[in-house]
Amino acid sequence: MPEIRFEDAAVQVEDADGDVRTILAPTSLTLTEQRIGVIGGNGSGKSTLARLVNGLVTPSAGRVLVEGLDVARHGAAVRRRVGFCFTDPAAQLVMPTCVEDVELSLRRTVTDRVRRKQLALDTLARFGLAERADVSVHALSGGQRQLLALAGVLATEPTVLVADEPTTLLDLRNTQMIGDLLFSLPQQLILVSHDLDLVRHCDRVLVVEDGRVRFDGPAQDAVTDYVASVARAPVAGGGSW
Amino acid sequence: MTVGVHRPGTTLLHRLPVGAKLLGLALLSIAIVVVRGPVSALVFLAVAIVLALLGRLDLRLVARSLRTVLVIALLVALLQWWLFSLDRAVESLLDLVSLALLALTLSVTTAVTAMLDAVVRWLGPLQRTGLDPDRVALTIGLAVQALPGTLALAQETRDAARARGLDRSPRAHLTPFVIRVVARAHETGDALKARGIGE
Repeated sequence: MPEIRFEDAAVQVEDADGDVRTILAPTSLTLTEQRIGVIGGNGSGKSTLARLVNGLVTPSAGRVLVEGLDVARHGAAVRRRVGFCFTDPAAQLVMPTCVEDVELSLRRTVTDRVRRKQLALDTLARFGLAERADVSVHALSGGQRQLLALAGVLATEPTVLVADEPTTLLDLRNTQMIGDLLFSLPQQLILVSHDLDLVRHCDRVLVVEDGRVRFDGPAQDAVTDYVASVARAPVAGGGSW
Repeated sequence: MTVGVHRPGTTLLHRLPVGAKLLGLALLSIAIVVVRGPVSALVFLAVAIVLALLGRLDLRLVARSLRTVLVIALLVALLQWWLFSLDRAVESLLDLVSLALLALTLSVTTAVTAMLDAVVRWLGPLQRTGLDPDRVALTIGLAVQALPGTLALAQETRDAARARGLDRSPRAHLTPFVIRVVARAHETGDALKARGIGE
């Protein structure tokens, strides 16, 4: 599996008042497992941690290396290796029809138009979307859109896939379908999720809280730790309706 | 209006090169605007209908796509009638419908990726001046694709305002709509970057 290394990587932002806010405290990690889960509350910094892996966010201090490449200095090369799947596929699908969207991903690597279209059609077939090739991306169901978004990302055969809450907007059936697909991929997977059942299938899980990795270990232990920490924490608003 | 949704086919219009179709659309559009009078407007509408028939456009798609254009065209025509004359009103109505139908025909018979390839090819010689043809083509593709997405956002924003009993407040419609469009643009930028497109 590819090696992803965080070397004291930290993310800080300056707010409108000029105050510096820490989104991710200095973090050092070496990720070599095939399936890595990231869990934590809303605003805990887990998405920032995931976005560091393909350079959507660059560290304010320290560095992140993917297969030895510094993400901040070799962003384009890293993004050829690391695919990223967003929570809302609507933001990710940028072409009118399914086949055209997958073709867009392949433009960078395949210049021959006929071959590119064939590859796009083959990719759609692999994801069970062959019959939807010429359908508008707006006419797809939520599950199909997420499938298409994944097809668009995986068409270029990255070695790592980062999926940021890919099932949050989906119903149970589609969550299971996307989950099964993600865990059948040969790629190294970094899965950010609130779905603890899904995360239990990971080889290693990071629990992120207040911009820090507060637990790092086997999935079952991480989920137990996270659930216990949620139970201990006071609920905003008193927890009653 | 539904634009940018290509329907594959084997008609003459599907097989024509993208350049010929775009040039044809440009020339016809200029002619529609420049040549005045209701009779010529009727002739241009007939040409647009013939082209739509040649491209075997689905009638339901045409009806659905032109519904909004027709409402706007009628309002414009009424205004023209009130301000100028019935002839001007008829001309405006027919011209707007013809232009919309021609754009729809091009859109249905031409894949956006084919248009992007053509734009990249045409702008290739300008690469020496520092212009990035791929980026220009992508911008055009995104503009086409942004239309239905933006309309969906407008619909959602309107529904949200209605649900809160604010359907008569322009502020409740406009402010969240603009914020959501800008947010969507940022998300799309992130998504393109994540896919390594435009780098």
